[in-house]
Formats: sequence, C-alpha cells, structure tokens
Amino acid sequence: MSDRLLRLSGLEPFVLTPDIPFVNIGERTNVTGSARFRKLITNRDYAAALEVARDQVENGAQIIDINMDEGLIDSKAAMVEFLNLLAAEPDIARVPVMIDSSKWEVIEAGLQCVQGKPVVNSISMKEGEEQFRHQAGLCLAYGAAVVVMAFDEQGQADSFARKTEICARAYRILTEEVGFPPEDIIFDPNIFAVATGIEEHNNYGVDFIEATRWVRANLPHAHVSGGVSNLSFSFRGNEPVREAMHAVFLYHAIQAGMDMGIVNAGQLAVYDQIDPDLREACEDVVLNRRPDATERLLDIAERFKGDGGAQKREKDLSWREWTVEKRLEHALVNGITEYIEADTEEARQSAERPLHVIEGPLMAGMNVVGDLFGAGKMFLPQVVKSARVMKQAVAVLLPYMEEEKRLTGGSDRETAGRILMATVKGDVHDIGKNIVGVVLACNNYEVIDLGVMVPAQKILQVAREQNVDVIGLSGLITPSLDEMVHVASEMEREGFRVPLLIGGATTSKIHTAVKIAPRYSKGAAVYVTDASRAVGVVSALLSPSQQADYVDAIRAEYLDVAERHERAEAAKQRLPLAAARANALKVDWSDYCATPPQFIGTRVIEDWDLGEIARYIDWTPFFQTWELKGVYPRILDDEKQGEAARALFAEAQEMLARIIEGQWFNPRAVVGFWPANAVGDDIRLFADDDRKQPLATLHTLRQQVTKRGGRPNVALSDFVAPEGRPDYVGAFVVTAGPEESEIAARYERANDDYGAIMVKALADRIAEAMAEMLHERVRKEFWGYAPDEGFDPQDLVGEPYKGIRPAPGYPAQPDHTEKLTLFRLLDAEAATGVRLTESMAMWPGSSVSGLYIGHPDAYYFGVAKIEEDQARDYAARKGMDLAEAERWLAPILNYIPRKRHEAA
Amino acid sequence: MTGRLSPSPAFAALDRAAADRILILDGAMGTQIQQLGLGEDDYTGHGSGHACRHHSDHPQQGNNDLLILTQPRAVEEIHYRYAVAGADIVETNTFSATTIAQADYGMGAAVHDLNVEGARIVRRALDRATAQDGRPRFVAGAIGPTNRTASISPDVNNPGYRAVSFDDLRAAYLQQAQGLIEGGADILLIETIFDTLNAKAAIFACIQAMQGHGQALPLMISGTITDASGRTLSGQTPTAFWHSVRHARPWSVGLNCALGAAAMRPHLAELAGVVDTKICAYPNAGLPNAFGQYDEGPDDTAVQVAEFAREGLVNVVGGCCGTTPDHIRAIAEAVAQYSPRKVPEYV
Repeated sequence: MSDRLLRLSGLEPFVLTPDIPFVNIGERTNVTGSARFRKLITNRDYAAALEVARDQVENGAQIIDINMDEGLIDSKAAMVEFLNLLAAEPDIARVPVMIDSSKWEVIEAGLQCVQGKPVVNSISMKEGEEQFRHQAGLCLAYGAAVVVMAFDEQGQADSFARKTEICARAYRILTEEVGFPPEDIIFDPNIFAVATGIEEHNNYGVDFIEATRWVRANLPHAHVSGGVSNLSFSFRGNEPVREAMHAVFLYHAIQAGMDMGIVNAGQLAVYDQIDPDLREACEDVVLNRRPDATERLLDIAERFKGDGGAQKREKDLSWREWTVEKRLEHALVNGITEYIEADTEEARQSAERPLHVIEGPLMAGMNVVGDLFGAGKMFLPQVVKSARVMKQAVAVLLPYMEEEKRLTGGSDRETAGRILMATVKGDVHDIGKNIVGVVLACNNYEVIDLGVMVPAQKILQVAREQNVDVIGLSGLITPSLDEMVHVASEMEREGFRVPLLIGGATTSKIHTAVKIAPRYSKGAAVYVTDASRAVGVVSALLSPSQQADYVDAIRAEYLDVAERHERAEAAKQRLPLAAARANALKVDWSDYCATPPQFIGTRVIEDWDLGEIARYIDWTPFFQTWELKGVYPRILDDEKQGEAARALFAEAQEMLARIIEGQWFNPRAVVGFWPANAVGDDIRLFADDDRKQPLATLHTLRQQVTKRGGRPNVALSDFVAPEGRPDYVGAFVVTAGPEESEIAARYERANDDYGAIMVKALADRIAEAMAEMLHERVRKEFWGYAPDEGFDPQDLVGEPYKGIRPAPGYPAQPDHTEKLTLFRLLDAEAATGVRLTESMAMWPGSSVSGLYIGHPDAYYFGVAKIEEDQARDYAARKGMDLAEAERWLAPILNYIPRKRHEAA
Repeated sequence: MTGRLSPSPAFAALDRAAADRILILDGAMGTQIQQLGLGEDDYTGHGSGHACRHHSDHPQQGNNDLLILTQPRAVEEIHYRYAVAGADIVETNTFSATTIAQADYGMGAAVHDLNVEGARIVRRALDRATAQDGRPRFVAGAIGPTNRTASISPDVNNPGYRAVSFDDLRAAYLQQAQGLIEGGADILLIETIFDTLNAKAAIFACIQAMQGHGQALPLMISGTITDASGRTLSGQTPTAFWHSVRHARPWSVGLNCALGAAAMRPHLAELAGVVDTKICAYPNAGLPNAFGQYDEGPDDTAVQVAEFAREGLVNVVGGCCGTTPDHIRAIAEAVAQYSPRKVPEYV
C-alpha cells in the first residue's frame, strides 16, 4: 500500500510485487504472434479462440495479450467481440488483459469492454506530443496502465541515446502534464534483430539492455517490457538457436531490470542448461562482445539445428564410472533400474551389514529425491520411478537381511513412522492412495496398505495390532465421504489418538473441517491436498517438537473454515421446491421431433479395437492423475513441468502400445434405448412405443439455489419431452475390463509401483475414451439423431456435440443409487461383468456409466445443495425411506438431517 | 484528468471534517418514501403536490426519483430528518435519474431537472439543519448503476451480446453528473456498483463533467458485493474492484447494499488492507425477511457498524436498504467514540 506497485485486475487482482522478477505475457491470443489464433479469428471460430486464451491462463499466464491487427480482419469488431465473450468466461477473465494494437481506435474500443484494469499496448509520440498527451489522458480516464514505445516523430529509437531520451521525455509528459501514475507506465525500448550481418545492428541487444538499466535507475517506478522474438529474427527456422538467444538475452535484460515481456514460454531454453559453446556464442552476439560474434554463432548454429538437441540426449553413460554410492544416487534420482541390482549387490559386498546399504547410500539418495521434490525440481512421476528403483534395491537386500535376522535375532530397521493406508468400504479407487503410499515410502515411512473397500473395523484392528502412527483414508466417490465420517467416529469411540489423514478426489478441506474433524476430537483429522503435501504433513504430525503447534494450528483453521462455511450457507438463499419447479427450464417442445433410435432395448457391444479407442483418449486428466497440472498437449512444452510430462507421456505411449499389441484388456459395453417421457421431476421409461407399459422410472433432482437473470432451476427431466410427445432416453455402461487389477498386481509383485499405477491410470483413460467413442456412435448410428456429425476425436474433449451423457453420482444427478435402475435396465452385470459395490462404486474401477439425453438444448449442470422439502419429495417418489435417502444425498443436503439413523 | 483541476471549496471543508472523526452518511430513501403510502396520482403530482410538466404514457408509481419534482416538500423532509439524525453527508434522491434508468417510465426528458432539483432540495434541507447546530453538511449527488450491465450479457445464449454500451452509459452519466453539479452537489457518489464497467463509464463521465465545470469535486465510489461468493455481480473480488476504479483517485471507496453489516465485514476488511484512500461503508439493515422487509432494529445495525469503526476500517459510515433516521442516529452515536481509519501514505 505504501508503495508504488503496478496494480492490474481481471476478476481477480494482480500486483507486480518485487517477488515477481518477470511477468511473462502470453502471446498466443495475438494474431501477429500465432498463426493458429489468426486462422481461428479469420474463420470467426471464437469458441476455439477462447480455448486458446483459457489454455494460456491455465498454464500460468499472469496477463494475456490480445491483438487482432491483421489486414483481413475487422480488428475493431474482433477485439470487441472477443473481449465481450471473454468476459463471460470467469476462468479466463480472472487475469488482466493487455489490449494490443497499433490502431488507437481498436485500443479505445477494447478499453470500453473490460471491467478490470488492463494494459494498453501501446502508445507513443510517433504522431507528436499532442496526440500522445490525448491518448495518455484517455488511458487514464479509462483506467489502464500503458506500454509506451520508444518511438517519436523521427521514428523508432535504436540507440541507447535515442531510447533514453524518448523515454525520459515521455515520462515527464505523462507524470507532470497528464498526471499519469508512474507505476502504471511500462516502457518498451524496442528489441531489434541482432546478428543480421549488418554491422550497425550488432549493438542492438546491448542498447536495449543498457536503456533498460537506465530507465529503471532514472525513471522512478516505471517498468520495462519488450517483445523478445524479434531479437533472433535472422535465425528463423533454427529453433534451438533462437531459444538459446532468447534465454541469454532475457537473463541479462532481467538482471538489468526488464520486468515484463511477451515471450513464448514453451519455446524458451533454461539459461543454465544451454550447451556451454552455444551459450557463449549467443552471449557474444547479444552482448556484442567480439567483432566476429555473428560469424561464430552462424558457424556453430548448424550443429544445433534440428536434431542437434537429440544428439545431446543420447545416452550418457559416464556416470557408470562413478563410485557405487554416487551411482546409486544417480539411479534413484533419474529412475534408472537397469543397473540397480548389480550396484546394490556391489554395495552390499563392501558393507558391514546389508541394512547399512539401505540406511547409507540408498536413504541418502532418497533424501536427495525428497529434497528435489520438495523444491519443485522433481515431479511426481519421477519420484514414483525413484521409488521403483528403491524397491528393487531393497528386494536385492531382503534375503540377506532375513538370513542375518535368522542368525542373530536382530531387530527391524528404523523407520520414520508406520502409516496405514486404505481406500474406504464401498470404494474401489486407489490410484491416488497408491501414489501417496509410494511418496511416503520414499521418505522412509513404513506403509501398510490395506487396499480397497476396507471396512472400518478392519482399519482399526490392523491399526491397533501394528501400532501405527498415522491412518490415511482415501476415496473418490461421494458416499466415501460418509464412510470416512464413520471411520472417524469409530476411532473416537475406540479411543484412538493417532492422526487421521483424509485424501481423494471428492474430499476437501471444508468437508474435513465440517464433517470429519468434529467427530474425531481426541485426535487430529487433517485434509491432504495432494501427494506432494503428504510428507510435510506426516513429518509435522510425527515430529515431537512441531506436533503440538501444528495440530493446534490445524484445529484453529478448521474451526474457522467450519464457521465461515456455516455463515456462507446461511446467507445463501434457496427456493422452496415448488418455486424451483415453477422456474424449471421451459423447452419449446412444439418444434421438437425426437429421432427414434435404431432399436428399443439393449445391445452388447463387443467389437472394440483398443487402437481405435486410444485415438479418443483425453490426456489432460491423465496428467492430473500424476499431479502435473496443465492442458495436453501444451503441458508437454511447459517451462517447468514439460520435461517430466514428456517423459511420462513417452512411457504412457509405450505401455499403451503394449496394451494394444498384447490385447491386455477386454473392453465391453452395453447400450440401451427406451421410449421415455418426463413426469414432473422424473423420467418414465416404457417397454415400447405404445407407451402404455411403464418399464422403469429415472428420478432426477432439481436445483434449488436462487437464480438470477431469468436462469432456470434445472432438473434432468426438463430435457425430456412431457407425456403426449414421443421422446427417448438411452443408457450405457462401458468398462476397460477386469484385467486391470490383475495386471497392476503383477507389477506390484515385481516391486514396480510405477508400472502398477501407470496401467491403472491408462485403464481409466481407456474407459473414458470408450464412453466418448460410444457416445459418438450413439449420436451417429444407434440413436442416429446426428448422422452427419464430423468431429475429430480430439475435438470431442470440448463436447461440441448435441446431447449429454450425465452419470449418476456426478453433479447433474448426485444420487449414486440411480445406478441400480440403470444396471437393471441394461442387465449390465451380465452384459459387461461390471458390479456395483454397497457404496454404488463400479467394479472394476475403470468403468463408466450414464444416461443419454438427446435434446439439443440439454447441457451439464450441477444440482448443488437441496433442501429438506426436496429430499422428502424425492424419497417419496423413489419409495425410499427418508433417512436412507438422506444418507445417499448427504453431500448435497443443505440442512443437518435430524437423527433418524446412526451411521451404520 | 481531474489532477490538473483545482479542487472545489467543499473539497477542503470535507477533508477538514473527516480529519479527526468518522463522518456519517444518511440512510435509505426507499423505506421512508414507502411509509408515505403514495399512489399514482401522488407520483405524477396530479393528486397532491406539483404536477409534473414532463409527460409520459407510463404509470409512474414507484418512480421514486420523480418525487423530486412532484412531491419536493416530502422529499426535503426526509433529507432533513436524516440531517438532524446526525448525517454529515446526505444523498440526493437521484439513484435512477439517468435516461437509461428512466426509460422504463418514459421519463427520459425529466432527467436534467431531476438532477438539478434533486441537489437543490438536499441543499435546502441541509441548510435548515445547519442553521440549528452550525455543523457543516455536504450534498452527495447519487449516481446509481442503472438497470443495464455493460459487461454481462442478458441473453444466456449469446454471451457476447450487450444490452448497453460503454458510450451509452457514459453519455447518460455525463448528463446526470452535469445536472447534479449545476444543482450544487458537493460530492459525486457512484454507488451500488454491481458491474464495474458501468462504474468506469460513470467515472469517465464524472471526470468530463468536472473538466466542464472547471473544478474537481470529491468523488465517492461504492461497490456492491452481491452474495456470499464475496464478489460483485460481474465477478470481481473487492481488491480487483479497487484496482479497476483506483484511477479515479476517489475521495473514498467502499461498499454498500446487498449485505448486512456482519456479512459485509470481511470484504470491507479486505478493502481496508489494500486501499490508499478513505473508506466508506453503508450496509443494509441485515438481510430481508421472507416478505422483503428488513428486521434489524437501529441498535442491532449500530452495534455491527460500530465494530467496523472499532477495528479502524472506516472513515464514513451510513445505511442502505431498510435503514431509517433512527438507524442513522444510533450509528452516529455508536461510532462517535472511535477514530477514523488512517489513510496509508506512499513512501
């Protein structure tokens, strides 16, 4: 506050604090910087153009640059249209925009569309001081920061003297005459191409860097930015050299004070990792250190062009010459299993006892891994590979240790703590739990993994027998949340005091604070966001010195979270069910004629081609499983995680190829269609088109939150035609097959947790891809309401097609028990082998089920919280006991059910 | 920009008044008008009061701003009651006095008169109160959000569509600001901001109006956090909202409407942590009950508002929907013992 920092905003604020050395401005929504974006805008494909913006934000862009300057585009109209559309996308609009144009009228039109504080790029004295003053005054009145180009009536400044003279003059006019806040001024002192062969150009890099230094020293609070790609213009076509030049240039310019820039982050080498010869040659050019710098760079440039990089990546075996301790460390850090058995054996022979190998070099290596992971220099898949190496090394030592124990009756090895892990009763999902287990094991914790579908009593029994230090529960489906509450209550009842960790996709800090922690007052219930946090949390919980403070802090935080949650919920107003129904979505059925499906009843689909399924895989969630956050394929070029992502992807492709080649899975599916009509909030299915003989009723839930602006309170039944007008719904179950768990178990037995997790993650992707593929076939063929649809498999990720496939247990129908109806209709267990657990999870886990609704207006929504009036109505409609309905709907109840039942 | 203009005489007087105590803003107009129980003829001035010289075919009942012209004495009386209850700053009854907001009543032609007279009426009421106790009081020209949003599409199926443009809003606000200044407003108050782009158009217009007037008036800006999401209707966080309006160099920034004091507190605290100007807060009298009425009594509201003061979050406090002169009196008494928030300064 008592400073002059650049403050911008989208829906959320952005402050350029001293902690941020450099703001990388995304340039992919710039028609002059991105051929793809230019094509999208020219074709008026704004939906895809928005995705480009979304990707940038998801990949961490703090500001996005928007430029529509292209001869064939109405730049002003495109700027307005794009900014207006962007305003409707909260996940993009949260960051500030940079309105980029060489035409003032385009800039001004853009300024009139953004509610946040944007940056104008750019204004200058190109057309004289008067014009400059006028435009700057308008930027101030619109509330924007400005990029000022070092440009005046005589042209663009190229020398240090001209750059600094123009910046100083502009600064004086802005701050003294216009009243512009100096912290809102960003100078662009022009980056020009170097190494062009023209001698006058040689000093351009130095001129920019020195002008930057001068601006930051002499024009208080002002910033410096620039478009970096110009610099290497003469090396077009030689990306490795361009990347190296940019990295070297930025390294020096940032040190001189350049704090913003338009850079393609995916195409930037890391300064430290540039080949030393190339780096020196680039540095000579950028810093103009020797007269023959350009020639020298040209000479070596060819070497690095294209496959130059690949050459470098060829296997470097020099580490095999190192001492055995260093070799073990190298193998652990780099996840190399090739030599681990021989190296471990060598270490054992020279060690006094086999245990010393574990406690010595192996733990030392794992500590390096732990440190690198903690510092964000290693990523989860790499750590899991390290664990695989560790396990294989320990497997070599184990027989010797047992032998020794037999002879001496010696003790077990010391571990940092003993942790019990389990996926709770009714739930079969364990990828996340396995990852956490591996990470903990890497950090010298002894992990007892009870597997999936573990009842509370088993957990408590093993915990007592094995005297564990921590219990970790995992779960993915919503009924597991209640099961976790149950386990916590049981722990309380039986007098446990050990910490209880809660993790898994549907768990949350709020749920833990509101529902679990209060049930376990004797111990601490702690929510763990992801595997990367697990070690920190466990070590704090088990450290005698930190424990008390840590637990107190968590308790205080959860109390605060719970109170705030209660207040927030109380403040949210929900509609009575009758009012919500009165505001249902009103589809105009008069002009809708439902296409009859090709068949009524069910059909089993067995002709699956794994290779074809693979084409439909959406890879983004696969990376999420491994805690790499970003969108495929861009994540492969991500500055920080790219390397880890590429390695993981390569191995996934390799295993996928083996899965396809060896036909490891036996995918199956069943699909069915029935005549259907909405009856209130339910959907009634009939045996045939007479619609006289009811077959089943699908129950749906209606949104009860107060809606603004005429938006409806939707239920799935709104998308199906009412009685008297023919309509249909479909249903499906797909599964990658039960083979997954057997194959994963094989990997586990071979001490290869990495392989086990990989095969499960791929099985999940295959099931999801099957669901996507089957839905396409349904639209084009089985139901056939969109026979001419022609999307690429990769386009389907964005769900551009008509109709939806909502799944019970997901936001549009949070009640998992609807799966019972669906499975009965499809006779799914007989057709596919997929079973429902008592918590309504599907086994095998890599299975997907859902309904098909074909109406073009149907969309995905979240029911969110419901009131007691609806729970009662729903229970009555379903013929279910209210208490039981409340148990299944617990995660979405907006009230605390009266004590009609005790958790079973 | 206004930075180049010399400040108006009221500017210095307002700064002096705010230097060592928390100033009091008035309360709701609507609640007071409702109590008058006026019918269509009263609104148009054909039953009682002054007949409106602007013609419209639309019914006028509910067009509260129009009462400035048709029931000036009743409006003045409400302002007067707030002034004697302890308000230092009293708002004009011009929340909807723009061509855009008056379009629904077909009263676009009356907008200039509404703003000029609206300011004059408050001035008269305040002069009467000041004649009794000698305390200086200030007329705040109220500039509402209009009933259109510049950054949200009213059509779900066409998110790029806008029912109003920045320029339409700017022109309408310019006319309003000019009228308020002509009528003698000391302050321009842009309030109940649920779409920051509307507010930016109003800021642009206020700057233009001040440039035309040749003097800078103190500008007060007040956003509205619509619900427990902690965001404006258009989706901004309080800090993002502040960044978006900071270029106006407002005399004060703050929050009003939609929430009661307790619910407003965390958002106000967020603003207090980032804002380098004075802070103004005027919450509703709690949340409306099932009948749309506000149940919080004067003391209930005052206790919560006093909490803002005790924590050093505010320079100006008052009331929005559901508050009455009694609420304002209770608030004034409750905050009197506390010092105003100290505005952080640049180093």
